Amino acid sequence: MKELMIGNAALARGLYEAGCSVISSYPGTPSTEITEEFAKFDDVYCEWAPNEKVAAETAFGASLRGKRSACCMKHVGLNVAADPLFTMSYTGVNAGMVICVADDPGMHSSQNEQDSRHYAIAAKIPMLEPSDSQEALDFAKIAYEISEQFDTPVLIKMCTRVAHSQSIVKKGERTETEKPYQKNPRKYIMAPANAIARHPFVEERTDKLIEYAETSPLNRIEEGNGTYDFGIITSSTSYQYVKEVFGNSVSVLKLGMVHPLPVKMIQDFAAKVGKVYVIEELDPIIENYCKTIGVNVVGKEKFSILGEFSQKTVAAAFELEKKENVCLDTAIPVRPPMMCAGCPHRGMYYVLAKNKITVLGDIGCYTLGSMPPLNALDMTLCMGASVSGIHGFNKAGGSETENQTVCVIGDSTFMHSGVTGLINIAYNQSNSTVIILDNSITGMTGHQQNPTTGRNIKGDPAGKVDLESLCHSVGIRSVRVVDPYNLGECEKAVKEELAKNEPSVIISRRPCVLLKYVKPKKPLHVNTEKCRGCKRCMKFGCPAISFRDGHAVVDSTLCIGCGVCAGLCPFDAFESEVEE
Amino acid sequence: MATKNIMIVGVGGQGSLLASKLLGRLLVDEGFDVKVSEVHGMSQRGGSVVTYVKFGDKVYSPVIEEGEADFIVSFEKIEAARYIKNLKKDGTVIVNTQQIDPMPVIIGNEFYPENVLDEMTAKGVHVDAIDALSLASEAGSAKACNIVLMGRLAKYFDIPYEKWEAAIAKCVKPSFIEINEKAFSLGYDN
Repeated sequence: MKELMIGNAALARGLYEAGCSVISSYPGTPSTEITEEFAKFDDVYCEWAPNEKVAAETAFGASLRGKRSACCMKHVGLNVAADPLFTMSYTGVNAGMVICVADDPGMHSSQNEQDSRHYAIAAKIPMLEPSDSQEALDFAKIAYEISEQFDTPVLIKMCTRVAHSQSIVKKGERTETEKPYQKNPRKYIMAPANAIARHPFVEERTDKLIEYAETSPLNRIEEGNGTYDFGIITSSTSYQYVKEVFGNSVSVLKLGMVHPLPVKMIQDFAAKVGKVYVIEELDPIIENYCKTIGVNVVGKEKFSILGEFSQKTVAAAFELEKKENVCLDTAIPVRPPMMCAGCPHRGMYYVLAKNKITVLGDIGCYTLGSMPPLNALDMTLCMGASVSGIHGFNKAGGSETENQTVCVIGDSTFMHSGVTGLINIAYNQSNSTVIILDNSITGMTGHQQNPTTGRNIKGDPAGKVDLESLCHSVGIRSVRVVDPYNLGECEKAVKEELAKNEPSVIISRRPCVLLKYVKPKKPLHVNTEKCRGCKRCMKFGCPAISFRDGHAVVDSTLCIGCGVCAGLCPFDAFESEVEE
Repeated sequence: MATKNIMIVGVGGQGSLLASKLLGRLLVDEGFDVKVSEVHGMSQRGGSVVTYVKFGDKVYSPVIEEGEADFIVSFEKIEAARYIKNLKKDGTVIVNTQQIDPMPVIIGNEFYPENVLDEMTAKGVHVDAIDALSLASEAGSAKACNIVLMGRLAKYFDIPYEKWEAAIAKCVKPSFIEINEKAFSLGYDN
């Protein structure tokens, strides 16, 4: 049956049909749904790991034992998994192993727009790049064939537009596969003597993969009808933009395998078409390769290294006619994402902003605390960097910073890579205050379970890390829990912990209001006779509160009745809705 | 058939996901090639959200660019204005007249532009404004705004009414079918 599927769901389907039995991943937009969709299949094992390195090593273990496996992550997650990645290239696999990585050109939901193709080159691992959902499904199957035929993990690179665009997919049947496990120290123990012996294998493998790339159906030439006399080399979503603009009027070399790239195929294509343009998002990987094999191409001088492309990018580069449209003279105010009404993070941020505390931040919903009116953050770098960062900040700043700086990190991010930073704080003793914003879920990526929630990916009961015990056991003596809806309690805790001359942890605990088990209360309303229009509540940044005709107004469709605003108002103007 | 392009725009949390699911289901059943594209993540947190729905004999790009949309279905007044540059010269804007203040307006840094629909009309855009929130409430749930707007969109298509209803039945939980069918009919008839 034909079905509309996002690229990530189609990729999950392809992994499943190829007989993948184990997936371990850490969520990250735009990769999360691959694992979530795979978890819906009954006869396979699927989990959220604490981070991408653990996930990749888990998948490796499953492959070693003889089951086809995969791990999925966003582009920056591959940085975390880079350590096992580079050496898995040497060991190769037993059963096939696939690493799915989703890039985010345009940074819809990311802190950088790094190009994952560099990892394929650096780790000498083949990389496939689908351009729509059907290819995502088909390439998953081919990836396992390559993995086992060439004894290598295989990378499948998605991007936001392929991962989150739905297109029509034809499903197939699952094939079960398993390989026997045999002890093989020279292949799997990467001590120097063995690794030295494996390195030539890796180089020879790349040569064989280049031969494969020359004739593989992953790479294909679509001959144009002769309208234009140049040719285009492209891949991924850029291929779709090229076809949208040119249809059959130009010859296209469409690459489905972006590492390693073919030599003769590119040279022959160039010889046939004459002038060649390379259209690829982000870095000039294909372009530079063409140049090293003696094919002169036009690439980044015409197509930006920045952001996402579209058909408009392609049309503009070839100076095709711009489409007629309407523009308004009125300026439209921006509508940035923000913390939800009733978000438990807001209370803690309000206290930190009010006390003008320096706040080193981390990756998650709570990064939105950097937005006006709270403007509460000073730094956000990568997963876990708040905890390691505050240690360095305070070692450098000493008594000038220790008593007025905190770091904030979510429960899932703390599990991912915050705990190692906390161990460093405890071990090397900086007088740092760490605030764990524990909303009992991985929020920003859309509610995934994590080691602190006591539930696994299917929502079933699982092991549970106790944050208080964990912090105590690594050597933090001062650990306390506060309710972020209680502003007074939060302020007291922050002031007291900052005043102490020892490391401390404050766990700001209240579940995300979007969780199903969190039942909203009746919305509040403003008593306009009491409200004096002082706008103190406007500094709280709750999307349910706005200001009209000299008074605060509560939007009853957004308000979940958390009541924190009522505690802020000096005139008690926020009142609970009276039952009719 | 040449590709038709529909943009669904609004504020994160307004239910554009169901609207695009309904359209996708319907158009696949009608035998078209279909692409639906949206961006997840940050934009779900009350930010501006946009979904592209494209259908025809063969669809390549999943995105809709400047001057390409046949329809913009907007769940909120100024969101229609934000994406108006993507409308084709003779395209149609179907807009819910609901106003949702963005944060810069809430905190008093910017004003909510009141007259954007008039300005669109003055510039020759076909604007089909509808109080979808009231109609959705009439149908039984304020959340059914999305289906009210789909009902209005359906008036512009040759696809039989029953097929839309069949697609609704496939996309929502059985207990919500009645409310959504009512919402759809209110959007279609008003």
